[in-house]
Amino acid sequence: MRSDRHTRAPLRLKIAAGIGLAFLHLPILLIFLYAFTTEEKSYQFPPPGLTLKWFAVTWNRPDVWEALGLSVRVASISTVVALTLGTLCAAAISQTRFFGREAISLLVILPIALPGIITGISLRSAFNLAEIPFSFWTIVLGHATFCVVVVYNNAVARFRRMSGSLIEASMDLGADGFQTFRHVILPNIGTALLAGGMLAFALSFDEVIVTTFTAGQQATLPIWMLEELVRPRQRPVTNVVAMVVVLVTFLPILAAYYLTRDGDQISGQGK
Amino acid sequence: MPHAVSFQKVSRHFGSVRAVDAVDLEVEPGEFFAMLGPSGSGKTTCLRLIAGFEQPTSGHIEIFGETAEGVPPYRRNVNTVFQDYALFPHLNVADNVAYGLMIRGVGGTERLREAEAALEMVKLPGYGARKPGELSGGQRQRVALARALVNKPKVLLLDEPLGALDLKLREQMQDELRLLQKSLGITFVFVTHDQGEALSMADRIAVFNHGRIMQTGTPEEIYRRPKTRFVADFVGSSNVLSPALTQRLGGPAEWASLRPEDIRLSTEGAEAVVTATSFLGSATRVTLDLAGEKLTVLHPAGAPVPAPGAKVRIAWDKAALHLMGPEA
Amino acid sequence: MSASALKATAILPGRGGIGGALSDAFWRKPTLLLFVLLTPPLLWLGIIYLGSLFALLVQSFFSIDEFSGLVVREFTLKTYGELLRPANLDIIVRTLTMAALVTIASAILAFPIAYFAARYAKGRWKAVFYLGVMLPLWSSYLVKVYAWKLILAKEGILTWIFDKLHLTVLIDSWLALPVVGGNSLSVSPTGTFLVFVYVWLPFMILPVQAALERVPSNLLEASADLGAAPRQTFLNVLLPLALPGIIAGSIFTFSLTLGDYIIPQIVGTSHLYIGMAVYAHQGTAGNIPLAAAFTVVPVVIMGIYLWLAKRAGAFDAL
Repeated sequence: MRSDRHTRAPLRLKIAAGIGLAFLHLPILLIFLYAFTTEEKSYQFPPPGLTLKWFAVTWNRPDVWEALGLSVRVASISTVVALTLGTLCAAAISQTRFFGREAISLLVILPIALPGIITGISLRSAFNLAEIPFSFWTIVLGHATFCVVVVYNNAVARFRRMSGSLIEASMDLGADGFQTFRHVILPNIGTALLAGGMLAFALSFDEVIVTTFTAGQQATLPIWMLEELVRPRQRPVTNVVAMVVVLVTFLPILAAYYLTRDGDQISGQGK
Repeated sequence: MPHAVSFQKVSRHFGSVRAVDAVDLEVEPGEFFAMLGPSGSGKTTCLRLIAGFEQPTSGHIEIFGETAEGVPPYRRNVNTVFQDYALFPHLNVADNVAYGLMIRGVGGTERLREAEAALEMVKLPGYGARKPGELSGGQRQRVALARALVNKPKVLLLDEPLGALDLKLREQMQDELRLLQKSLGITFVFVTHDQGEALSMADRIAVFNHGRIMQTGTPEEIYRRPKTRFVADFVGSSNVLSPALTQRLGGPAEWASLRPEDIRLSTEGAEAVVTATSFLGSATRVTLDLAGEKLTVLHPAGAPVPAPGAKVRIAWDKAALHLMGPEA
Repeated sequence: MSASALKATAILPGRGGIGGALSDAFWRKPTLLLFVLLTPPLLWLGIIYLGSLFALLVQSFFSIDEFSGLVVREFTLKTYGELLRPANLDIIVRTLTMAALVTIASAILAFPIAYFAARYAKGRWKAVFYLGVMLPLWSSYLVKVYAWKLILAKEGILTWIFDKLHLTVLIDSWLALPVVGGNSLSVSPTGTFLVFVYVWLPFMILPVQAALERVPSNLLEASADLGAAPRQTFLNVLLPLALPGIIAGSIFTFSLTLGDYIIPQIVGTSHLYIGMAVYAHQGTAGNIPLAAAFTVVPVVIMGIYLWLAKRAGAFDAL
């Protein structure tokens, strides 16, 4: 009797888990189908026909290229800033014990724990108060602030796995602080930093809520998409862009997963 | 010739905890020196003070006559074999061993040659291309040893290096370490909580408790003539007799230690009751109750063993009863 | 040769130079190293970010002059009083209700996935499940919202499926209901709810899975061995142990729903949510004080929520 129940429960569970995963993935797959539809005035399903022409149309759209270029530049600079700040913070937190560590962890997580709209409007009103005009750099400032946490999380996890005596061993063998950083610390946390950097890039590349507050007149790719979503004008182009964005963000996430899979996990505290 | 290591009134406090408390210590050049004590007794902190991972709260440390306070670990010609070996996981065995030479700017081919020579010395020739993760615990320990010795340090520090090995391997490594130390002539300072290890390997032993050194001496001295109850009990689990009992047995009113192997079951002498026996292979441990105090006797194998509850008489050579004074 | 010459002494000379001096100084005074490490991030996060948050908070105590439309920089609680107007209270209640419903639905959907991944998925399947949750979590937020605009559109796939199953009447009667209904799914609160659940679900799965992974399987066997039916084991053993994970996940789903203004704008009715109200007040209306006061609402709610969650021990599962 009892063993009967044991075999039946996982089957029901299997189905429920399968439905859950399908619920998570089917909508994204649908995007791929729509990129090929011949219908350009509505979201008609099933598509009346399939075509590749929207890829060519999108390719020749300067506004899309401009938005993509801005997004890549913002994400690159934000990632560099986040890598620097996140690594410094993680090193301080993991290598020393001091009063207020908890407060600093909280401070790093805050920009992502608070709703994005709060971060956005705070920065916007602060820029207004300080009379800083909106520019490329105001976008970067906002993005780097919430990207720090993903680098920090990855680096802290790796520092925790690294035996504390490695640094002592290096110093014992004659390496000073900088040599130890170069020859021992960096090679050991390198992949974690790379993973954190990729996730920071993906996070920044995709961000829309904070960006709407800090961007002024410029359009990053998500801002471009948001305008299309609110007032659809070129549905087929939007379909193609959406598909490309999915593919582009999957790559760094998969790479980050493979870089960190033995042991620590990519922190789920994104967005 | 200056001492290899010298501590003068050295203390290391962590907040209100006195990990090391006004310790005076001298290690002679070329000596195999053991720091023995239970965990938290301050022996590892002393080792870390020599290596430079800790700085003394007060007191003075010299290494071969040179002041060591304020000198970071990378400027001390002292190397450490860590308890967890601390091999660099991102480097192969050869690069691990050559790390110190690489930092000092020794060229690639030369340092790999020296690393291979060091690996041969610890009986791991040809292991250079492996990663530390592919080695067994005993092999990792040898790599850690080679990595430290390749730098020809003035003092080699070993932090419980055999702790993680199984018994057979440990005994084998004890002999090898001892031979290596004698042939290289490098001063070894060895931290252990295993009294057997300290007795069998060291030229001299310092016994630590509560951040202080209880006694320093040769293994023979420590074992035969413990100065305090703690040393008598910790080294070789001696019988510690209270002043009252010593007096009852015909001695002065002082604390005394009596080794279990020095007591024999006899037809005359003090009467005691057997409470338990346990067979150890080479001998039988007999636990006795003598006037309300517990006493253990190591009874040689082959002789008949009394059953629990039996009344026996015990005797020993007068010299075996070691007096430690009334306040030990 | 130079190496052996150096070997003569027990203490080696310093390397000299700025690097050597700095390295020695860091070793002697670890607090100096800590200071150097922490200064840049603290300047950025502590001054720029916390400073901005604080400035916003201060502005919520200002008010707006109704005639000139200019901000009056004097301390007043008038702006907070405006929050209590029925129209604004309505927005707060609507957002809170939505956040609560989204959280409950996410928890129910997340549990089987998390449980299966934590207890039954092994080896390759474990990786599949992990990536299966990570990829949707990290893929573009706007693209996910966009996908649902396609799904929920009147001419979209959902209508088509119901039509093929001859169940169109089901959608129509649901849409005819008050409160949850609307012209089509893409302009109804039901649609908003579905998109919210979809977008935040991975944030619930991960902490629940982490909590369940810490439940030793022999605990469940012990419960079964003691005669508990699966339902009893679930209610008495599994659920209490998973609860910290569910609470940790709910922090995300709740907080994210409270602050979002894009989903209800794209898939929803004209009724406002807190995020949309903030956006509207700071933007076109230029009423920064009221916008700031509105942002304080989710902060206070999340503060209370976090405090309760901490008491329930949810932070161990993060």
